[in-house]
Amino acid sequence: MSSKKTLFDKVWDSHVVHQIENGPDVLFIDRHMVHEVTSPVAFLGLKNRGIGVLHPEKTFATADHNTPTINQHLPVEDPLSAHQLKMLEENANEHGISYWGLGHEKNGIVHVVGPEYGITVPGATIVCGDSHTSTHGAFGAIAFGIGTSEVEMVLASQCIMQPKPKRMRINITGELQFGVTPKDVALFIISQLTTSGATGYFVEYAGDVFKNMSMEGRMTVCNLSIEMGARGGMIAPDETTFHYIKGREFTPKGEAWDKAMDYWQTLYTDADAIFDKELTFDGSLIEPMITYGTNPGMGMGISNDIPTSNMVQGGASTYKKSLDYMKFGEGDSMIGKPIDFVFLGSCTNGRIEDFRAFASIVKGRKKADNVTAWLVPGSHKVEKAIKEEGLLAIIKEAGFELREPGCSACLAMNDDKVPSGKLAVSTSNRNFEGRQGPGSRTLLASPLVAAAAAVTGKVTDPRELMEKEMA
Amino acid sequence: MAYDKFTTLTSTAVPLPIENVDTDQIIPARFLKATEREGFGDNLFRDWRYNQDNSPKEDFVLNNPKYSGKILVGGKNFGSGSSREHAAWAVYDYGFRVVVSSFFADIFRGNCLNIGVLPVQVSADFLGKIFNAVEKNPRTELKVDLPEQKITLLSTGDNESFDINDYKKNNMTNGFDDIDYLLNIKKDIQEFAKTRPF
Repeated sequence: MSSKKTLFDKVWDSHVVHQIENGPDVLFIDRHMVHEVTSPVAFLGLKNRGIGVLHPEKTFATADHNTPTINQHLPVEDPLSAHQLKMLEENANEHGISYWGLGHEKNGIVHVVGPEYGITVPGATIVCGDSHTSTHGAFGAIAFGIGTSEVEMVLASQCIMQPKPKRMRINITGELQFGVTPKDVALFIISQLTTSGATGYFVEYAGDVFKNMSMEGRMTVCNLSIEMGARGGMIAPDETTFHYIKGREFTPKGEAWDKAMDYWQTLYTDADAIFDKELTFDGSLIEPMITYGTNPGMGMGISNDIPTSNMVQGGASTYKKSLDYMKFGEGDSMIGKPIDFVFLGSCTNGRIEDFRAFASIVKGRKKADNVTAWLVPGSHKVEKAIKEEGLLAIIKEAGFELREPGCSACLAMNDDKVPSGKLAVSTSNRNFEGRQGPGSRTLLASPLVAAAAAVTGKVTDPRELMEKEMA
Repeated sequence: MAYDKFTTLTSTAVPLPIENVDTDQIIPARFLKATEREGFGDNLFRDWRYNQDNSPKEDFVLNNPKYSGKILVGGKNFGSGSSREHAAWAVYDYGFRVVVSSFFADIFRGNCLNIGVLPVQVSADFLGKIFNAVEKNPRTELKVDLPEQKITLLSTGDNESFDINDYKKNNMTNGFDDIDYLLNIKKDIQEFAKTRPF
């Protein structure tokens, strides 16, 4: 057994409180985030057991999944949603947990606000009752989604019980082409691995493409780790990471910062450390991506044709069922397909960089008449930056409106539902049947592809619009 | 959350030979607004089971009176997607105690084990045998034996062993949950917490 350790091993092993033979590890959790949808039954469980929250200072609550994205200053109309939000507030208050509810200046999507306020730091273990908790791995943290029983465990004991996953490294070498974003990198990887290709693994992303990527981009990639089945994904912290987190509200200050930095700088995979699986791709071959089916693995370069069923792995009947749902045919080109809705937002692509990308394409153009567009910032902080950077003026001039923060049409728990049969280009993370509303059809793509669709009314290669500007 | 103990189960099965069944199909997000655990079974596979006017879709297996039982048999990569434990609650609340597949998504499998639904992973070959047998005769019974970690197709005697770690097996056969364990080692956890730098 080699003493060389992967980044993942270093962080995991330093959090193991107990090891159970032929069973899970008892893993200590540094940061726990809760939201209104997956927490009420956990708090109810504590009540039934007559116990409290062991470390309320390590848990943070925000309302995001089930919130309206207009008129947030008014009472929430849907009584079930209103009740769920009220329960979160009551539970947080009762147990002394920080609560950033609707209207609070720090409110936003849990995986957007965590990093914004420095709750997310390298080397930490971070969990939340939401599968996209993997986002926080961008900082070199072990972060993953948990079920409600596990939320209750963390509240009760600050620990969860988890078998240690296997290790996978995905290297993307080279340089990305013009018009190719972190979202395209992630959709490309998932298209190669399928939605179950990394199940049982924790992924480390390495190589020049990630080294040169912004923190926002790294968050987008790590966010989508779950879509290939991985519990989480992580990237070794570097100067980009330290620069991003320094001075944020909850990050260590003064001497504590120096001490933390000493530790954080040890967080990398040792040379010759062994991975259970390792894959390498050439980043320069990645195109702007789009999905055509009903899982995130059914994606391809935007200029390609939809594969025929004899070209895909797995069952042809499942594949055909998926294309039937999408009303697409084998061999169809995606370019030129008329679309009805555009959604810019979510924990995947609801950050300032995503709005900058969107604005760069719609600037000086007009929203297509056949398109309904929902532009939903990931947080109030993102919303503020959109205004301060002058992006709001650009998108308004182009005929778009900005909504208020929340998960919105990513999972359509609120009123932001794509109607049955309508086709949406969405920067979110899942294109499952009915994900954005019963009968809705979703094409996952980057903010650039979403913007190109929003101004042309159809699936369009964003590079065409970008190249024209450059000429 | 406490649940009924599980040792062995002999039952007919409900076949769902579709791959990549995601948790949004098992329980769509719009049904996640409850603040208690009851009643999710009514909306299990809601959009595959009912039309938008709430009339049942007759070609969906849960609406086919030929099929019933406490064992759900799904295609490869069952339970992918969201971490919503509501998906496992819906499966349990509908009346299933076992889900059989050739591959499970991680979080869904963990959620099942935490609430008393046994995920049984079998080979693709054995899964095919189950689908064939149940399709031929919907009254075909399966026997799931947790202490022996064995699943048997009673009509043919074909069987296969399945994996589960000793800790979870012990929990399920006794109806224990993880919080009981964690509260017992609370002192160790509190000592450990003092060593964490942030």
